[in-house]
Amino acid sequence: MEIIRSDVAIIGAGGAGLRAAIALAEADPSLKISLISKVYPMRSHTCAAEGGAAGVIKPDDSLEHHFNDTVGGGDWLCDQDAVDYLVREAPKELLQLEHWGCPWSREPDGSVAVRPFGGMQKQRTWFAADKSGFHILHTLFQTSLKFPSIERYDEYYATDLIVDDGRCQGFTAIEIRSGQMRRFEARAVIIAGGGAGRMFPFTTNGAIKTGDGMALAYRAGVALKDMEFVQYHPTGLPNTGTLLTEACRGEGGILLNRNGRRFLQDYGMGPETPVGKPQLKTMELGPRDRVSQAFWHEQKKGNMLPTKYGDCMLLDLRHLGEKKIDERLPLVRDMSISYLGVDPVKDPVPVRPVVHYMMGGIDTDIEAATSLPGLYAAGECACVSINGANRLGSNSLTELLVFGRRAALSAIEFINSGKPSVNEVALSAQAAAAQARIRGLFEKADGGESLAGLRREMMRTMEENAGIYREEEGLKAACATLSQLRWRYLDVGLTDRTNVYNTDLMQALELGSMLDCAEAVTVSALARTESRGAHQRLDFVERDDGKFLRHSLAYFRSHEPPRVDYRDVVITKSQPGVRDYSGDHK
Amino acid sequence: MSERVIELEVLRYNPETETEPHFQRYLVTCEEEWVVLDALNHVKETIDPTLNYRWSCHMAVCGSCGMMINGEPKLACKSFLRNYQGVIRVEPLAHFPIERDLVTVIDDFMTKFKRVKPYLIPKDEKPVCEGEYRQTPAELKKFKQYTLCINCMLCYAACPEYGLTPKFIGPAAISMAHRYNLDSRDGGRKERQQEIASGEGVWECSFAGACSEVCPEHVDPASALQQVKIASTVDWYTEHLMPWVKK
Repeated sequence: MEIIRSDVAIIGAGGAGLRAAIALAEADPSLKISLISKVYPMRSHTCAAEGGAAGVIKPDDSLEHHFNDTVGGGDWLCDQDAVDYLVREAPKELLQLEHWGCPWSREPDGSVAVRPFGGMQKQRTWFAADKSGFHILHTLFQTSLKFPSIERYDEYYATDLIVDDGRCQGFTAIEIRSGQMRRFEARAVIIAGGGAGRMFPFTTNGAIKTGDGMALAYRAGVALKDMEFVQYHPTGLPNTGTLLTEACRGEGGILLNRNGRRFLQDYGMGPETPVGKPQLKTMELGPRDRVSQAFWHEQKKGNMLPTKYGDCMLLDLRHLGEKKIDERLPLVRDMSISYLGVDPVKDPVPVRPVVHYMMGGIDTDIEAATSLPGLYAAGECACVSINGANRLGSNSLTELLVFGRRAALSAIEFINSGKPSVNEVALSAQAAAAQARIRGLFEKADGGESLAGLRREMMRTMEENAGIYREEEGLKAACATLSQLRWRYLDVGLTDRTNVYNTDLMQALELGSMLDCAEAVTVSALARTESRGAHQRLDFVERDDGKFLRHSLAYFRSHEPPRVDYRDVVITKSQPGVRDYSGDHK
Repeated sequence: MSERVIELEVLRYNPETETEPHFQRYLVTCEEEWVVLDALNHVKETIDPTLNYRWSCHMAVCGSCGMMINGEPKLACKSFLRNYQGVIRVEPLAHFPIERDLVTVIDDFMTKFKRVKPYLIPKDEKPVCEGEYRQTPAELKKFKQYTLCINCMLCYAACPEYGLTPKFIGPAAISMAHRYNLDSRDGGRKERQQEIASGEGVWECSFAGACSEVCPEHVDPASALQQVKIASTVDWYTEHLMPWVKK
């Protein structure tokens, strides 16, 4: 098997992976960096983020405000030392992107413009129209081309971490073009593999968001933290799940029920604010968990608009006018017209909540280090715990920059701390075992299980039982189903047994990742008998700080459901309080 | 939801087992509002798991699913079935080698893209702690449309010159170089001109304009190429007729 040796190898070339690679190359040009991804960097899902990235820049704002919004928005499940680091580093990172050419939208005087976002008490979201993630990704990718020490391996799929002598020393990956296995040997590994939204049927996430990075670390013994917290974005197109950014509401869009009422005022986010004059941190600028939950209640009351794609609320942008919509929300207009046939300039757009983001992920400390020496993680696949129980919109693009860089710096510190000997025989043996596992998929007789069938069953059980509101009975059923699906997965054989660009194989491996992640979600959700942020239990409606001001940690077990443990939240200055999004709060 | 049965004629090629590509037909029961990508996904999921193609975002921003649909370069995620009658023929993007089925080899583009230095080369270097470079909305507007390229490569598949002269750097890469040249923060034009104003650069372009016609993001690469031609002509005259003028 071909061996590719580097100082640091990065899995995933989206925002976090690219930011890490650049930080490594800048810090020490002599470092050999391998950047691998199952897709070309420009295809990474960072490109689909629309609204923007939060960072304090305007004189009326402060780091304190950004900290408080984030911690309260996360229902006090954020680690406050991590949030401190995030808000402090955020402006520097966003300015750095500006220096690399990111086309941020501007004020008339040439300074960077910011827009309001949900749950934020000040305007601090930097944006590039409504393609902010796209521009961040492309700016990073294009900037990365300056650095000769970044060696890219596009369309390589990582299958197994290699762990020896108590540290991560690389991984095996399939070169998709040839189907051949390669062994990447590295003194430190950074996982930046993105989220896992595709375990649900209705999601804003692209096809590639299958939790592969999370599963890699999880199977190697690193905990998945706070996996029960799955974010529903309130405004997706009802048929395709295409995201209509929160910036729609930041710019002044309103949400209506079928009777034309701005129903958020009935769910603790009132009183009503004047149309077209959005007020920060209330009504349509409430946090995503609260808005999605309000939708659910209105739906139960029969106040939502029935459509052939299910019940919808209406996102009304008409009062913004064509000029502003075209300038600030061009993608939203294009998507609504193309996929739904509704022009937001002329008509309100039917929308419904859609799975968007995993707050949970690979357990890391605030230096982006996992419990496994030599292994780091950043971006959506990681859980540093800046998002807590509910992420505020525009914190994730910031997070992948801040912690992508942080992971790189930590990896450098680690490799500079000494050069332990490498047991090549042991590493080769592990790589051979990984290869045998993959070959096994090719050689296995058809066990009668269909890949697409198992995937559908997984998605169905997640949607039915692990959605916006959950309860014991459903979660127990979901855990049982996923446990069975993991067994049945062992009987999945490939239809395509050839080597070149075999997406049947890729999808089989991706399903394995998703099943492991999905089980971590439902088992953690069943164990958390309280309601907090995006995890709402109909049978335990209150937040329970006495028992659950703690992170859940799911540990992988190959033939059983994960073991769940807990760790206290880090609180430095903000004691748990009431999340107040009423316009009267001050 | 109204359904419709469509016939897809898809180019198949597996270099491991076949010497020649061939077409395979699939009858697919589709929702009226589907795009071609939905139909392909339906084939993959329910009829033939061995069919291969790239896709991810389903919202025309990741640039993965470029393919020829009835002979035209299109994003499969934005090609609505309602716009097609009869058999729909789906092939890999023209002018690129086929890796397998609808998957093309895009190494050539990736190499050329890097060659044009598609990154900011600052005019005046300043540390991040000194804040942002000021750039007015008008200055931003000068290059904004060229930043919208999603690298889907439809323009390469449409470009008659790229088909004839594969060494041509091509529309997307030249447009991106032009984007940085026009950026008020940038001072790297001279370095980029060596690549894009060369024989393999803009002078290969015969201004067919096909690139702009197929661009799903309205980047209008043809306008970038013409502007580069004009600018490099001015450069030539400045150099030869007014050698005393410092560029």
